[in-house]
Amino acid sequence: MDLYKVSPGPESFLPPAAAKMGNVLPDPGQGHIGGTIVPEEEAMEMAARKFLEGKVPTIFPGPLVLWHWNEKAAKKAKAIRALADAGPFRLIPMADYRPKYPKINPEVEINPNHPNLTIWHNEIDVCIFVGVHCHQANLSLKIIRGGTDCYTMAMCAQAGHEDACLSFRDATVEKIERLTWWVNKLKAEGVKSQAKEFTQFKHIPKWREAEGN
Amino acid sequence: MSAEKIKICEDLYDIMPPEYQDIVENATYGKEGRGWKDIGESKELIEQHSLCAGCPESIAFRYILASLPAPEDTVFVGSTGCTSLVFPMVAVHNIHSLFGNQNAIATGLKRALMVRHPDKVKDVVVLAGDGATVDIGLDMTMQSWFRQEKFTTICFDNELYANTGGQESGLMQKGFVSKMAPVGKLFDKVRLPEIAREAGCHYVVMMTSSKPNRVEKAIRNAVHVAREIGPTYIQIYTPCILEIGKQSMEGLDEMKDSEGIGGRFTYKEYVTDAAAALIKEMDDAEKAAKKAAREKAKAAAKA
Repeated sequence: MDLYKVSPGPESFLPPAAAKMGNVLPDPGQGHIGGTIVPEEEAMEMAARKFLEGKVPTIFPGPLVLWHWNEKAAKKAKAIRALADAGPFRLIPMADYRPKYPKINPEVEINPNHPNLTIWHNEIDVCIFVGVHCHQANLSLKIIRGGTDCYTMAMCAQAGHEDACLSFRDATVEKIERLTWWVNKLKAEGVKSQAKEFTQFKHIPKWREAEGN
Repeated sequence: MSAEKIKICEDLYDIMPPEYQDIVENATYGKEGRGWKDIGESKELIEQHSLCAGCPESIAFRYILASLPAPEDTVFVGSTGCTSLVFPMVAVHNIHSLFGNQNAIATGLKRALMVRHPDKVKDVVVLAGDGATVDIGLDMTMQSWFRQEKFTTICFDNELYANTGGQESGLMQKGFVSKMAPVGKLFDKVRLPEIAREAGCHYVVMMTSSKPNRVEKAIRNAVHVAREIGPTYIQIYTPCILEIGKQSMEGLDEMKDSEGIGGRFTYKEYVTDAAAALIKEMDDAEKAAKKAAREKAKAAAKA
């Protein structure tokens, strides 16, 4: 059976699940690019390159890294911030998974039930999911591939995502830092970020401003 | 879950939408003596609701969420109905069950939480409509009471199936004609509070949500009695103003009219001796704490 190529959409209203098409998840130490299993370092380099090539490269941190469940989550949040600063890349949070009706503000958040709204509104062409529970990430990745031309990547703490255009697995703090290292390495080699200028949305409450934070 | 875990990672704090920052900083998780008076001052645990304008269920929801002794350690189990439309907007853990299964789900959940967290108190609260509690789920509801499962069951009684067009429910009053029950109800409203008492509930209340103080006290008592002793049941009249032909501002009047002497929802309370002793103990402790706080404030003023 030919390999099903997981490339950017728009593929169809509902793209087929890559697993159903015969794609398999990477083993430890591996990643996948478009469905093809590759060594993890190759996937990392490609991810960094895609991010630097993107016009609106965006990181979508999910609840597992946004909320202070434990010290590991806090360390991952720190590593993600460093990755965002290395680009710089935009950060748009996925704080929870509830269907936010009647409205969602696509400039400041992404929702797994309507991720395409955030992609369209901000014209995001490359994105990476990190800290999103697997089932919600799969849902979002498929919707994004279904209706947009965004290149999707998934930094998964479990076994990876076959529905992303690129994915690697077992994302520890060290692996997030490794991706940052790859971004910095490529930049040092002369690869320039193609990102449009942007202002990261920040919400600092007045009481925090008063404290000087 | 605990109040400590409802915190945002410091490095990503500034990118979080303001409503999340607000709920972390200004909600009443972990606050002693939280209650309905926090509504309007603190960040509420219900962000918005998808109910009809003026729906009494929405205010009952607010009072209940404001009255939970420990929302960060509480899990709601809901069922299909108007209430299930609100749960996605609520900042308390919740599970949606198949229609009528809510008390069976809550049983398993409570037992699992007791095994998983033996050193912590985890409250389970069932909140469902009258269709789920009295008609389709009556078996599961009563079996959980027979088994003395330690959780609270709250029934939002609007006396019909509201979001499917007004079909007759077991809690509908006799003779009532609704859009989808044109002949009128032929038999009496099921007396679930009495059934609950006989089935083994230790604290049973029937009331409306017109008086926030009363709702707060009933919820607090019910949750504590369920923690320590056994099952508790609260039935709250939350009239469906659309299905009974009222305007959005008439919900409160409808509740007040129905709770007068001889009304369908005259306040009713059944308490076992064990539950009464526990409630007295809690009340005494609360009074003592208030007295101590007053004396401390006086002493501070003098100094």
